[in-house]
Amino acid sequence: MTVPSTVSANRLTSHRAIVWPRLRSAGLAACAFCVGIGFLTAGIPANLTTASARTADAERGRALYDQCKRCHQVGSGARHRIGPQLNDLFGRPAGSLDDYRYSRAMRAAGSGGLVWTETALDAFLQDPAGVVPKSRMSFGGLAERDDRADLLAWLRGFSGDRSGLPPAEPTFTPEEFGIDPRVLEIRGDPEYGAYLAGECTTCHHATGTDQGIPSISGWPADDFVIAMHAYKLGKRVHPVMQLVAGRLSDEEIAALAAHFFSTDDEP
Amino acid sequence: MNQINKNPGLSRRSFLVTTAMATSALSAPSVLAENRPRVVVVGGGAGGATVARYVAKDSGGAVDVTLVEPTRAYYSCFFSNLFIGGFRDYASIGHSYGDLAANHGINVVHDWAVSVDRDGRSVGLAGGGSLAYDRLVLSPGIDFRSGSVPGWDLSAQNRMPHAYKAGSQTQLLRAQIEAMPEGGVYCMVAPPNPFRCPPGPYERISMVAHVLKQTNPTAKILIVDPKEKFSKQGLFEDGWQRHYSGMIERIGPDFGGDSVEVRPEAMEVVIDGEVTKVDVCNVIPAQQAGRIAAIAEITNDAGWAPVVPHTMQSRADENIHVLGDASQQGDMPKSGFSANSQAKVCAMAVRGALTDSKVFPARFSNTCWSLIGTDDGVKVGASYEATDEKIAKTDGFISQTGESAEVRKATYEESIGWYEAISADMFS
Repeated sequence: MTVPSTVSANRLTSHRAIVWPRLRSAGLAACAFCVGIGFLTAGIPANLTTASARTADAERGRALYDQCKRCHQVGSGARHRIGPQLNDLFGRPAGSLDDYRYSRAMRAAGSGGLVWTETALDAFLQDPAGVVPKSRMSFGGLAERDDRADLLAWLRGFSGDRSGLPPAEPTFTPEEFGIDPRVLEIRGDPEYGAYLAGECTTCHHATGTDQGIPSISGWPADDFVIAMHAYKLGKRVHPVMQLVAGRLSDEEIAALAAHFFSTDDEP
Repeated sequence: MNQINKNPGLSRRSFLVTTAMATSALSAPSVLAENRPRVVVVGGGAGGATVARYVAKDSGGAVDVTLVEPTRAYYSCFFSNLFIGGFRDYASIGHSYGDLAANHGINVVHDWAVSVDRDGRSVGLAGGGSLAYDRLVLSPGIDFRSGSVPGWDLSAQNRMPHAYKAGSQTQLLRAQIEAMPEGGVYCMVAPPNPFRCPPGPYERISMVAHVLKQTNPTAKILIVDPKEKFSKQGLFEDGWQRHYSGMIERIGPDFGGDSVEVRPEAMEVVIDGEVTKVDVCNVIPAQQAGRIAAIAEITNDAGWAPVVPHTMQSRADENIHVLGDASQQGDMPKSGFSANSQAKVCAMAVRGALTDSKVFPARFSNTCWSLIGTDDGVKVGASYEATDEKIAKTDGFISQTGESAEVRKATYEESIGWYEAISADMFS
């Protein structure tokens, strides 16, 4: 057998081998979004794998939250990004924030009585697609009970008393990928974007079911632009996406971002 | 098709009434119908369904779109190998045309297109009616070249299935594989270039091996191949070694793979004069454009329809566009993904010609995923641009041997996401 011969294989393998040995059987268990960004390796304590009956460790949960932070903001000033902001999550009915465009599935789950209690969140984090099928959250789940407990312990700190919260971290910054921030100021032509988007929707399902390829409908334009430039620069690794992004001009990326921000393809 | 009248104008109106009753979402008032430009699409696969949907959707009802497709349920060739391998059920590769009519006001006509009057710009239907067009899009897929495998013709397809147009043939081949005697022989006669889905025969070999390894592990798989090499060859051969060692033998042209005859009655394959008895014989003959392209007299000597890369217009008739497998366009493989990609360029060009919508530069892409074994997916892909001469490859990638199990599993899961997405892109 030959040695893995692509950058992407090496990176993926090393992530999983070092960081998530217990998740191997879960395949794409880690956030599909983070895979290939080279993100999971940063800042996670080395003692992650010790697990037994114990009190939840919020500090460890903070490190686990790194898997969530490309899509969600939490903390003072948190805004909706690809996913909704997570302040005051505990006790909130699913799909209930007026100013976030949820999937139809998530809205229906909320109407059906799903409330984000500790128990409900634990079940959802274990198997997102099982608890809310066809939600847009592109995350395979956390298999380990302790991981979920720790993550929830940390998130719980952002529910209830809102004073003294740490500021929300940005989901993406151009600087971390070495991207010229001026690309964020380009106003894209949505009509051109709609045509170019034909290349995307062959793979990215308009309704964004989480089946190996994430939804890109309704993404904030800045996050879309940074993600695409990161692929284009090879700072984010995925052969199809690098191919697609590699031939897009700055204006075309902006046009696609404008288009996908405006799409909410679920009637 | 008794709702089709010989008068094209009247027939269109009756279609509109039919669709209007079926949907409340039809956006254009029917009084405008008489003046709307007409697009007729022949063939409801990855090219035809996509172009019909995009022209109707993006024109907001300003273009009258009719889709002619004989079958009421479409079974996709892509992922049909996964049905043979037991990874998908049959229903999961079937799709209906109902949403195209209901959501976009497309007139879906279940009939065969049997003639094209290029001067009069109308298409004749087997049911007796005709459809007038301003632009005609032909996306008929493939037909088989008669005589390419001596001893085989369509009358032999029940004994020796091709299973290269998905549907009952796919079910038949799977049933024959399941019924093989212990230690029996499955033989594939692989096609010469160019043909639909270059990795398709070899993904099928993988899927057949996957099934036999579980149910009939002493069975043998024989590939008789006229080609020196094939798509993703290194990846497939590496996978066969890892998963199905000793089961698969390939006879290339050096050993007579280009000199084969079949005897369906006796279930014999004659390779370079040597007779071999087999239990299942999957004959995938040489191919050419679906018949309506030849009837329209837009094909070349090789049997394919040359097109202008920027618009997918036939080189022989600017009022006809050709998509997908049937077209001769240059570097793109004949694949569902390619046809879908070409259809979006075509839809933009057609709308630009018939309405005042903007026209942007053509660009194309393709990715082909193949499954070798459980959670062992590979892919190859490329991007393309239109030049005056051909659709030309600009960049590409391919999976590597030695990738980790995680990468291969992620690639397979990606292919499932793609299948769901392209199905929605064609039919929703």
